Amino acid sequence: MTALAGLIRKEVYHILRDRRTLVVIVALPVLQVILFGYAIRTDVDRVRIAVVDPSPDTMTLALRARLDAAGVFEIVKVSPTMDAIEPLFRRGEAQGAIVFEPDFAEHAGRGVPASLLIVADATEPNTGSIVQAYASAVVQAFEQEQAAHARAVRITPAVRMRFNPTRRSSNLFVPGLMAFVLTIVSSLMTAISLTREKETGTLEALLVSPLRPWQIIAGKVAPYVVVGFASVVGVIVEARLVFGVPLRGSATLLLAEGVLFILVSLSLGILISARTSSQRVAMLGALVGTMLPTMLLSGFIFPIESMPAPLRAVSAVVPARWFVLVARSVMLKGTGLAYLWPATLILLVMAVALLVASTRAFHERLEA
Amino acid sequence: MRRILFLARAEVLHVVRDRATLAQVLIVPILQLLVLSNAATFQIRDTPTYVVDLDLSTASRRLIERFASSGHFRIAGRSASANLADEALLAGDVTMALTIPHDFEAMLVGTGAAPLQLSVNAEKGSAAGIVQSYAASIVSAYAAELTAVRGGAPRIDLRMRSWYNPSLNYTHYMVPGILVALVTLIGTLLTAQNIAREKELGTLEQLNVTPITRGQFIAAKLLPFWTLGLIDLAIGLLVGVVVFGVPVRGSLLLLFGAAAIYLVVALAIGLWISTIVETQQQAMFVTFFVMNVYLLMSGLFTPIDSMAPWVQTVSLVNPVRHFVTISRAVLVKGAGVRDIAQPLATLVVFAVVTLTLAVRQYSKRTA
Amino acid sequence: MSGAAADAPIDAHDLTRRFGSFTAVDRVTFEVKRGEVFGFLGANGAGKTTAIRMLTGLLSPSGGRATVAGHDVARDAEGVKRDIGYMSQRFSLYEDLTVRENIRLYGGIYDLSDRDIRDRTSRMLGRLGLEHAADALVRAIPLGWRQKLAFSVALLHEPRVVFLDEPTSGVDPITRRQFWELIYEAAAAGTTVLVTTHYMDEAEYCDRISIMVAGRIAALGAPAELKQRFQTPSIDDLFVRLARPTP
Repeated sequence: MTALAGLIRKEVYHILRDRRTLVVIVALPVLQVILFGYAIRTDVDRVRIAVVDPSPDTMTLALRARLDAAGVFEIVKVSPTMDAIEPLFRRGEAQGAIVFEPDFAEHAGRGVPASLLIVADATEPNTGSIVQAYASAVVQAFEQEQAAHARAVRITPAVRMRFNPTRRSSNLFVPGLMAFVLTIVSSLMTAISLTREKETGTLEALLVSPLRPWQIIAGKVAPYVVVGFASVVGVIVEARLVFGVPLRGSATLLLAEGVLFILVSLSLGILISARTSSQRVAMLGALVGTMLPTMLLSGFIFPIESMPAPLRAVSAVVPARWFVLVARSVMLKGTGLAYLWPATLILLVMAVALLVASTRAFHERLEA
Repeated sequence: MRRILFLARAEVLHVVRDRATLAQVLIVPILQLLVLSNAATFQIRDTPTYVVDLDLSTASRRLIERFASSGHFRIAGRSASANLADEALLAGDVTMALTIPHDFEAMLVGTGAAPLQLSVNAEKGSAAGIVQSYAASIVSAYAAELTAVRGGAPRIDLRMRSWYNPSLNYTHYMVPGILVALVTLIGTLLTAQNIAREKELGTLEQLNVTPITRGQFIAAKLLPFWTLGLIDLAIGLLVGVVVFGVPVRGSLLLLFGAAAIYLVVALAIGLWISTIVETQQQAMFVTFFVMNVYLLMSGLFTPIDSMAPWVQTVSLVNPVRHFVTISRAVLVKGAGVRDIAQPLATLVVFAVVTLTLAVRQYSKRTA
Repeated sequence: MSGAAADAPIDAHDLTRRFGSFTAVDRVTFEVKRGEVFGFLGANGAGKTTAIRMLTGLLSPSGGRATVAGHDVARDAEGVKRDIGYMSQRFSLYEDLTVRENIRLYGGIYDLSDRDIRDRTSRMLGRLGLEHAADALVRAIPLGWRQKLAFSVALLHEPRVVFLDEPTSGVDPITRRQFWELIYEAAAAGTTVLVTTHYMDEAEYCDRISIMVAGRIAALGAPAELKQRFQTPSIDDLFVRLARPTP
């Protein structure tokens, strides 16, 4: 056991000595959360629209005023013809257009429904739906207020947004972002640890020492788990303070799961490092090459439910996916281990499997 | 110059003979394109819904039917218990719970006004907003139906039109963007890795001791990768069109012209990265970090309009953002040169600046 | 440009290189005459390679000055590179190209005409006995052949000065002899050769040698003269005496 303690002490000494790298390791996730937290959002606060009004009258003007006052629209252009729309869409200057038919008020007055066309730039499909939803809401409110027909039927839905009353998408993304940046920092930590060993050639020395492979791995992973813990605390604090993400569940549970997740990521890094040098480069290449899929299959940005079945299956082996689930549940829903034990178990199994595989790989190196 | 041709020829031979690189350039992007295009979607379909019908009347049943047949909602559970609905929401089994109060039909017949309760799992952020707006439009369409039955007539006839993507297909939005991501990754990563490898192996030193100039060296290095990038784009686009049905409404010449300029930027960044690292491993990691930032802040996955204002400003110096905009505008909206003049001009400026900086940074001599 | 340029293709004066607080090359002064074969000896870490990298324009000097083929290494490094050939200690040509392709590449970089490249390639390959391997990938040929290839590339463009950093390490005695024959040929044709080596018997083949110890030149002169001066029977003994850490 003292051999293991000695190894850990050496590794800690390395880490503390390299002050600059230490700062980078702790600061990097924090910086990334800030940057990406403000960047990765899907809230649609304002929509840029054009208005096509061939024959402005009291009604069209009233409706236009309503649209303007609704606070969600920014009217970028008013034009008498529809020709104006296409260039605006193409340049991205407008996301939608409201088109009044000529003699609008006259038609409405006569009882022939006046035609209002809501055109959406559906290149991004959801923006399109939102434009249409907001616009039709304004129009319908207008209609109902006019109350010209006492026989109109009104069904008013009272909407309750659960678990995220402000509906700020950052509440959704920030917990996922935490998983993402922690993955990155873990791979950075293993890379640093590896480079050092490669440079000094001490890995081989370790292997021929009386230390058993599992001790070598433990010695390498343990100190970085502690550093990783600092990162976990950092990102959670940031999520709370900067983005106001609630923490309805147990902070202890969240921290523990965070550490577990770091352990899984570090174990993956160690497994890669256990492979011989040339293979390592290939595996690193594979890692970087699969950066995009990992980012996208963890449920961090794109909901897993929207993915086709094969991809949902693949997502199940992406460790980040489980921590994203845990982080969101604990922070937004306040769920506890009772609901989260399957995810926790999966992470545990992953950690164990990766560590066992690393031990095996080190054994192989010994044989070779 | 002749020297450039000689070196470029050697580069091409390297690439062609290195199976790993070839795979990286040709196969991996296609795989990624296929996977990512299927993953990268915010499409909302068949939202699982829990219905608590406390009225059990014709009106309530009709309303539920409207939801079920809309294609947007799927009735996943039904009961008379609000508690069960709540639990289903909590457990994540359903995204929305619809509660119809127990005097629903009576109120509609009497006063013509009735309330409804919708609980939406807003964990999903803006998806919740979309779900809500779908629900709201189903409800108001139903109300309009009932109004017609009662003899009232709507005064305004609302019609919706979705341009460029009537089927609301997310892949048409994502694929043009993902193509950009892939081409960028390849271009930057290959360049950075390639030169870092020469540093590692020591072959760079032999070149540095010859009279070849920085400019000639860089041109010879970038030319083959630039060509590869364009080839990759072509292959990716082909896959996008054939497999995903991505429209090609604008001029391909324009798209590839913009790509040609954009690739200079991507490669110059790879070159710059190679000057600050020592090994291939480091090259990969730095590219990884840089690409993360670029991709997540480019409006590729999440809209630029949704970003905080200061981030939107920062994203103006992100070349990926501009090419993603161009790609989507040209392919999906059929934009012409004038429509993309602004991002294109920005890319030209970036190309000049990044290339100059990278060349300056590269030194044939250690100080 | 002084008239001395024609006489002293390599002229170093107080050449120094520091890395942080460590001085790798400490005020090294020597000159090499035209057509001379100069042996640049020293233990590992004595500073030979650093000195060579400064002379070839790969590394900036921290102090002192040097000219190679009349070009100042600090101010006109690119000029230096036009007139030199270099064979580095570590094999630095492309393993995934063939022997011929490597030669062709460097021929083009040194602005040789296509015809010159062809002629010189076949001459070189013939001279070194490598014709049969001309189209083999460098990755597949043994170390000794690779050294020959690197040597050819260093001399391909017939430079005025050529730097050879341990050209014979790891090659068999026959190949070693071939190398030295080629070195003499080049020197006889007017090329100035600076060669480093660990084989002390090779030191005897040089016109003059220098021995570097801890960044400084501890001995400089013709091998016979040095043996006389220091009263050692062989250069090997001389080397050991100079390089041994002071008690």
